[in-house]
Amino acid sequence: MTTATPTVAVGTQKTDGPTSTAGRVRKRLNSRTATLVSIVIAVVWTIPTFGLLVSSLRPEDEIKTTGWWTAFTNPQFTLENYQQVLFGRSSSSGQLAGYFINSLAITIPSVLFPIAFACLAAYALAWINFRGRDWLYIAIFALQIVPLQMALVPLLRFFSTGVTLGGVTIMPAWDLVDEQKFAQVWFAHTCFALPFAVFLLHNFISQLPGDLMEAARVDGASHPKIFRTIVLPLITPALAALGIFQFLWVWNDLLVALIFAGGSDETAPLTVRLAEMAGTRGNEWQRLTAGAFVSIVVPLIVFLSLQRYFVRGLLAGSVKG
Amino acid sequence: MATVTYSKASRVYPGQERPAVNELDLEIGDGEFLVLVGPSGCGKSTSLRMLAGLEDVDAGSIYIDQRDVTHLPPKARDIAMVFQNYALYPHMTVYENMAFALKLRKTSKSEIDRRVKEAAGLLQLEEYLSRKPKALSGGQRQRVAMGRAIVREPQVFLMDEPLSNLDAKLRVQTRTQIASLQAKLGVTTVYVTHDQVEAMTMGHRVAVLLDGVLQQVDTPRALYDTPANVFVAGFMGSPAMNIKTVPLNEQGAEFAELQIPLTREQVAAARAEGGDGKVTVGFRPEDCDLVSPTEGGMPVVVELVEDLGSDANVYGHAALGGNSERFVVRTDRRSMPNMGDTVFVKPRTGRSHVFHATTGSRI
Repeated sequence: MTTATPTVAVGTQKTDGPTSTAGRVRKRLNSRTATLVSIVIAVVWTIPTFGLLVSSLRPEDEIKTTGWWTAFTNPQFTLENYQQVLFGRSSSSGQLAGYFINSLAITIPSVLFPIAFACLAAYALAWINFRGRDWLYIAIFALQIVPLQMALVPLLRFFSTGVTLGGVTIMPAWDLVDEQKFAQVWFAHTCFALPFAVFLLHNFISQLPGDLMEAARVDGASHPKIFRTIVLPLITPALAALGIFQFLWVWNDLLVALIFAGGSDETAPLTVRLAEMAGTRGNEWQRLTAGAFVSIVVPLIVFLSLQRYFVRGLLAGSVKG
Repeated sequence: MATVTYSKASRVYPGQERPAVNELDLEIGDGEFLVLVGPSGCGKSTSLRMLAGLEDVDAGSIYIDQRDVTHLPPKARDIAMVFQNYALYPHMTVYENMAFALKLRKTSKSEIDRRVKEAAGLLQLEEYLSRKPKALSGGQRQRVAMGRAIVREPQVFLMDEPLSNLDAKLRVQTRTQIASLQAKLGVTTVYVTHDQVEAMTMGHRVAVLLDGVLQQVDTPRALYDTPANVFVAGFMGSPAMNIKTVPLNEQGAEFAELQIPLTREQVAAARAEGGDGKVTVGFRPEDCDLVSPTEGGMPVVVELVEDLGSDANVYGHAALGGNSERFVVRTDRRSMPNMGDTVFVKPRTGRSHVFHATTGSRI
């Protein structure tokens, strides 16, 4: 699943006779050729996804006998695959509708929790003075080194047996069943996301001008108030960026969900089901294209709707010099 | 309305031995406009931030209206501050910027509206109330920052170099506006600047700081006429006072051929405490006359003449005790010398300032 954004250079600044090498290079990059090249790259990048889309709309026989490009000379389109994949009753069809809900149930909290915790932590690490602050930050930063795979077994043990230190049970086993297992996935995703999220947001928040915080403090705002009314509105681009990354990561994740939610119908997300379809339905792979597209739709919506928060110059006019 | 008292207030930044502010003792009267002035790093901003509660006070205490505020957070002190770079909330409109502090104090909507409108009228900001700071010019942003302080109706205004980001013309204009606004509102104001012209023109009293130590606090006129030490003498006034350390004899100070007469007490004081037969004498550029060669002035070779329009500054050097020393003299444009000329400079009698050669304090 790729969403390519063609980067077309459009700043056509007409400078007469650029003398330096850099100037010539820049002019050349602004030229029509450069625009053409970037369009070509964008098209090439998009063709496989486009082929997938066309295939998903073709009847089973057509998919299995001819390439997707022949659909243009012999157009035959149907929504049968989507019907099968989403709502089909036979066991070999996708029944994706239920998994789709599972995916949402896993993804939305797994995006919101780490972002909420991370921006609180990042604010505290950036703007509240307390002992050992720098060490704490370094420790959180260092946690990014731990590979996810290494934490899987300890985490599983933590869920299934709890924490016992010297015979004293500090935390009992979670003992979750069926839908409750979502909590394990949320917990795992939140843990894995936090170090990077804290790091990214800390960088962003610590770049906010200190005078702004001091002005708010003199105006009588407490830390929670400053966080809510000053910091949060000013870091929306970072929140949106982090939100998109985390959403894509969780939505496309197979490993964590498979391990902590299991493969049962109640909890398995789309990715688990898609993997099964690819692995066990070798003779009915016409449904894969439609299934893949169902799973693409949501990230696309998320990306496009959060994109408008990527604005530059949020701080303009605040401080001078 | 309130008085402000610094009582031996000190601030030592962690990891530094020398205090940024060293036992500051300062009394600021009710409704007074006090200017803190000094070179970069002298502790003037730190002093202000200590009063604001943004900086810890390591020793001593600070009182606002006899109330000990030394360890209170900023919001408990009832102060308003204008920052050097304005620090406006970029995502709020001008109205919201001004109303922010009042909203936090749960002031009623109608009261907020009244106060913001009033301040906006005072600062000619009515038509910009719905704009965001980025759509304002530098001068307008500065006024919004002022407005944000005014609507609070605080006990004390704190201003940290609020004019330093404006261009020269706007700065002069805003300077007078702030001074008249303060006179109108009658709120005790502490104003930090590094610009001695601002200090001279705006303050009721001016406090001069150097290396965290208060040098002198007095009215601008007294500061200018009777500086307490060499630093204050050199800092106030532009161009700076001519200050030289020269040999001392029974009658006065020897400027090569020129003799600056001193009283018997001054000579005695200059000799005390290891004066070493020297004395430091200063005279302001405008307290000099250019005289004819026969009248016994000090010969100065002109290096540079600055024509300011109204008058002219003449920079030159003279041989003094084997060294070439620089002097500056303010003169009428009509008698402006040329570069390379030799002029004869004579300080007016009774207008020179005498300081101890080693301690630097006024004699």
